[in-house]
Amino acid sequence: MNSGEMRGAPVYTEFHPRWYRKRVSTYWWLWKWSYLRFVLREISSVFVAWFVMVVLALIAGLSRGPEAYSAWQEWMRHPAVIAVNGVSFFFVLVHAVTWFNLAPRAMVMRVGGKGLPDAVIAGANYLAWAIVSAILGWLVLRAG
Amino acid sequence: MKTKTTRRLVEPLLWSLFSAGGAVAALSLPVLLFLFGLAIPLGWLEAPNYEAMHGLVQQPLTRVSLFVICWLALFHWAHRFRYTLYDGLQIKHLNEVITVFCYGGALLGTGVAGYLLWNFR
Amino acid sequence: MAETIQLEVTRYAPEADAEPRVQTFEAPYRPDWVVLDALNYVKDKLDGSLSYRWSCRMGICGSCGMMVNGEPKLTCATFLADYAPKPIRVEPLRYFPVVHDLVIEMSDFLRKLEGVKPWIIRKEEKLIREGEYLQTPEQLDAYKQFSMCINCMLCYAACPVYGLDPLFTGPAAIALAQRYNMDSRDQGAAERMGILSQHDGIWGCTFVGECTKVCPKNVDPAGAIQQYKLSAAKEWFRSLLMPWGAR
Repeated sequence: MNSGEMRGAPVYTEFHPRWYRKRVSTYWWLWKWSYLRFVLREISSVFVAWFVMVVLALIAGLSRGPEAYSAWQEWMRHPAVIAVNGVSFFFVLVHAVTWFNLAPRAMVMRVGGKGLPDAVIAGANYLAWAIVSAILGWLVLRAG
Repeated sequence: MKTKTTRRLVEPLLWSLFSAGGAVAALSLPVLLFLFGLAIPLGWLEAPNYEAMHGLVQQPLTRVSLFVICWLALFHWAHRFRYTLYDGLQIKHLNEVITVFCYGGALLGTGVAGYLLWNFR
Repeated sequence: MAETIQLEVTRYAPEADAEPRVQTFEAPYRPDWVVLDALNYVKDKLDGSLSYRWSCRMGICGSCGMMVNGEPKLTCATFLADYAPKPIRVEPLRYFPVVHDLVIEMSDFLRKLEGVKPWIIRKEEKLIREGEYLQTPEQLDAYKQFSMCINCMLCYAACPVYGLDPLFTGPAAIALAQRYNMDSRDQGAAERMGILSQHDGIWGCTFVGECTKVCPKNVDPAGAIQQYKLSAAKEWFRSLLMPWGAR
């Protein structure tokens, strides 16, 4: 008798007791700090999607002409949008940092018969992050 | 209706997109969001003028890169958000609706990105 | 130093109770005692009807897993001294059905464990006269961490996905599958991949990482699962782009 068969209203019999199954609360993620941190990490994906929308709006504005681009810039300066983008930036950082810190657990690289320590792989990721950021930053600001 | 075999065929692909998207987003979005979302609107740095921005985006390499970033970041969101809905709100019984909303939304966004960047003049 | 410590123990007798209840016992406090010692004292001297599992009392059999103050622990490895003088809450392992008091029903885990075929699979066995399978220390190192699992199910009690999704194979079973996949003597990776991918076995994992935190043997099941996902994804692309190579 496997646990999958006990559903509905089980009955106590001499040979099969009524198992107690506690339903997992909808707020399970508030039980522990580590669960809450996990959910915040997952929520960061929403802000990633938000920024993609912002980028698409920029591209649309640029393709329509200087007025549309100015209108986009004006929108980006709106206090509410800045606030949302501020929160988004925080969450995008959460995404990046947790991503680089966890990546080594998925990629086992063996060099000379020994596994590379997590810190080395994470470090390589952070280095790549710095380089990509520098390049993108230079490209955007050079256009100014 | 997704059968077990279909799900097996598709999940590795969806996870791969999520993974690639996570890496791309982690590498490129922080600096872009910082510049366009905070530094430039708040006046810490000078805003790029129209001609320069337009010229930059018009480059084929830029257009391809932007497409890849938008595509992968959206699919990263789709996969992650789908599981957030399953586990966070425990609505896995609505999984068809959720799947269509997430991946359909990502596909739509990717389509918009592709259209905008292909026709960018 | 206090002479006694309070244990708030979950009691559940299905023939009498609709739901579990809490019973408080007072056990002697000794600085070298673990929670299991206190439970054994309760059963010996206070209430012989208290039911719980234990065996080796030294952290190798994996029998005595319970929730101690809300955290999955081996009661034989959890010292009273870390909680004294506050009362200690002892509950059955989370996310499993409770059979009686602190005893949980584990057949779901056992079924999933068996399902991943945690043994060496060979396409062809070596003949005895050909000698043993040789393995270098580096090859051993590749899977050794995952082989330390004692099947204590603390990781299942920590994993919210296991609690929420009945189809999820769970940390220990996947880590053990990976233990065999990474074993140089094993040739069953393709067979296990079919099983694990088919039942939404591994894809429900969202890398919460709690399983690794609670593991008493440092197995790192979360890492094993992510590695498995990566190899499953690689295999998917390989079979798409190069379908001729049968694995």
